[in-house]
Amino acid sequence: MKLITHNMLTSKCLKGVMTGYPLAINATDIKVTEVDFNPEFITRVIPKLDWEVLWAAANSIGHGEGLPKTLEPKYEENEDLLKKLHRVLLEVEVEEGNLTCPESGRQFPISKGIPNMLLTEAEVQ
Amino acid sequence: MWRRYLMWFAHEHLDFRHAEMQSIISLFNIPVKFIEQPSIRKPYWIVELPSEDYVKKIASRSVLVKNCIELWSTAKTESQLHANLKNSLKNSTGTWVTGENGQGDASDTHLCPKELIEACCSPKNSFKIEVETFCKHYTLKEKVQKIESFEYLPLEGPVKLNKPDITLAYLEFYGDDPNNVPEQPYDLFFGKWIVDGQRDLIQYHSLKKRHFIGNTSMDAQLSLLMANQAQVKTGDIVLDPFVGSGSLLVSAAHFGAYVWGSDIDFMMLHGRTRPSRVGQKMRAKEESVRGNMRQYKTESSYLDVLVSDFSLPLWKQGFKFDAIITDPPYGVREPTEKIGIERDNYKLSEQHLVNHIPAKVEYGLQQLYGDLLNFAATHLEVGRRLVCWYPLVREEYQEDQLPSHPCLSLVANSEQVLSKLTARRLLTYEKVRDDGTGQTLETNGGSHNFREKYFAMGEMTRRERKERKSEEMAAYALYKMAAKRDVT
Ligand SMILES: C[S@@+](CC[C@H](N)C(=O)[O-])C[C@H]1O[C@@H](n2cnc3c(N)ncnc32)[C@H](O)[C@@H]1O
Repeated sequence: MKLITHNMLTSKCLKGVMTGYPLAINATDIKVTEVDFNPEFITRVIPKLDWEVLWAAANSIGHGEGLPKTLEPKYEENEDLLKKLHRVLLEVEVEEGNLTCPESGRQFPISKGIPNMLLTEAEVQ
Repeated sequence: MWRRYLMWFAHEHLDFRHAEMQSIISLFNIPVKFIEQPSIRKPYWIVELPSEDYVKKIASRSVLVKNCIELWSTAKTESQLHANLKNSLKNSTGTWVTGENGQGDASDTHLCPKELIEACCSPKNSFKIEVETFCKHYTLKEKVQKIESFEYLPLEGPVKLNKPDITLAYLEFYGDDPNNVPEQPYDLFFGKWIVDGQRDLIQYHSLKKRHFIGNTSMDAQLSLLMANQAQVKTGDIVLDPFVGSGSLLVSAAHFGAYVWGSDIDFMMLHGRTRPSRVGQKMRAKEESVRGNMRQYKTESSYLDVLVSDFSLPLWKQGFKFDAIITDPPYGVREPTEKIGIERDNYKLSEQHLVNHIPAKVEYGLQQLYGDLLNFAATHLEVGRRLVCWYPLVREEYQEDQLPSHPCLSLVANSEQVLSKLTARRLLTYEKVRDDGTGQTLETNGGSHNFREKYFAMGEMTRRERKERKSEEMAAYALYKMAAKRDVT
């Protein structure tokens, strides 16, 4: 699971959970894969991000270095920032671990890089 | 000067042609003048475009266009075609001279500006002439004779069959009825080949060579068509919420999209279902949606896949995709399901929980399409598209019974016939406005109940089924014949 995915994901599927966001990450295995750098794409994605959530998530898994706590205007001209973001959003991946719902504490496993957001029969009753 | 083009189409998925072309034309904002009203019974369009760039843009996307020809002349008879071409050589008006804008009655005149031909005549330009006939077959010898009839063209360059500088095309149309082929063609065309469409991509993306496929993987041509219907372009963010083996993401990524997928089937996303390929015993290690994208060198636009039940919310509020492209389950080859259990007081022991694959209850098609349209209404950017298949019993089809939503407008609706009785329709919805009211608007999930009807039809006797099968095979053979074309 990439952090761009984490930034968009909720546990709203759970009964009684209102926002289910952000999910806490507990990673036991992280890998970094190289992905082609596309500054236009990163620039387009920035307005869709919750910056604080990204910053906290990156730091919680030890990849927050160099990421500013707040986003300055004119980010599209800041190549260093776009590169850093590219790495954090698309190259760092949680292979194994889990995601925790901030409201209910329910955990969702991540295995082989794929989060499992399914509920049990009892939970959807 | 606007240029006149002949766009020659594959004789396949006829009901999708107009939709695909419209999607591409509006994606690139291309002004098109129709010189002849397009007809599904003809494998071509005659159009005018402001420049060659535009025809190349169309061809860069279309999987139904075979090739585009700069049209020099057209006529209803062979002798008139030659007369027209000869007169074109003298046409120094700098524009097309045609029967339709001269006198009121449409005479068979069609002369291109002579500059178009002259531009190809220099001794430096090697060339060849290709012959294509629709609905009639000719031997090589006959084709060579046809080519020789153009001797009078002042082409000074050498003939070169392999990669010449200029390819000229001569096309004959013998109608679309393989049982009733006339002696002489109905329409004849001559011009300069400009560009091919994307038919080669169909082979390149063929499921036969795909690493990871499932029982319901979408074939390459239709997957590419769907990406065109969705007007996918570089840098778009695309979702398939019933992703399966990811065929639709493969084609979206080909056109430059970044892709997310989700599916309820844990084993599928982990490449652990039984292999779908005949003769294959075990899934290979790299079998996954991601593996497929690696195969086509688009892994850089893979975002993630998630195991998730579409009937429940997943994405954060306010997050919007540029396109949603999907083939939901129809409940025939794979069940339409969501997590649930019909027993009361159901409880799972703790240790059971970790690797538990939950039981599923039926997810009715109406509810599913209702959820899908609602989802698109909230999670699509305004002006962007949802493209999805919708299964039907053909005789039950009524357009006003299709799924609908006040924020979505149905912009295309193409039928693919599956059997005499059943079909599926590719529905393209454009989001026309945001659901600003904050309250859920009433969605109509459509009221064709495919699953029930499909199984009710399953009641037919073996004999009926056998008869239908041979009927279908006969129809297929006819269709093959009609599609037959030859290029020398
Ligand atoms: C027609 S298949 C899609 C095939 C896909 N286009 C491909 O190329 O492989 C439908 C998919 O929907 C999934 N599905 C069924 N019910 C679902 C649900 N409630 N939520 C999410 N996915 C579901 C099935 O597991 C199946 O993979």
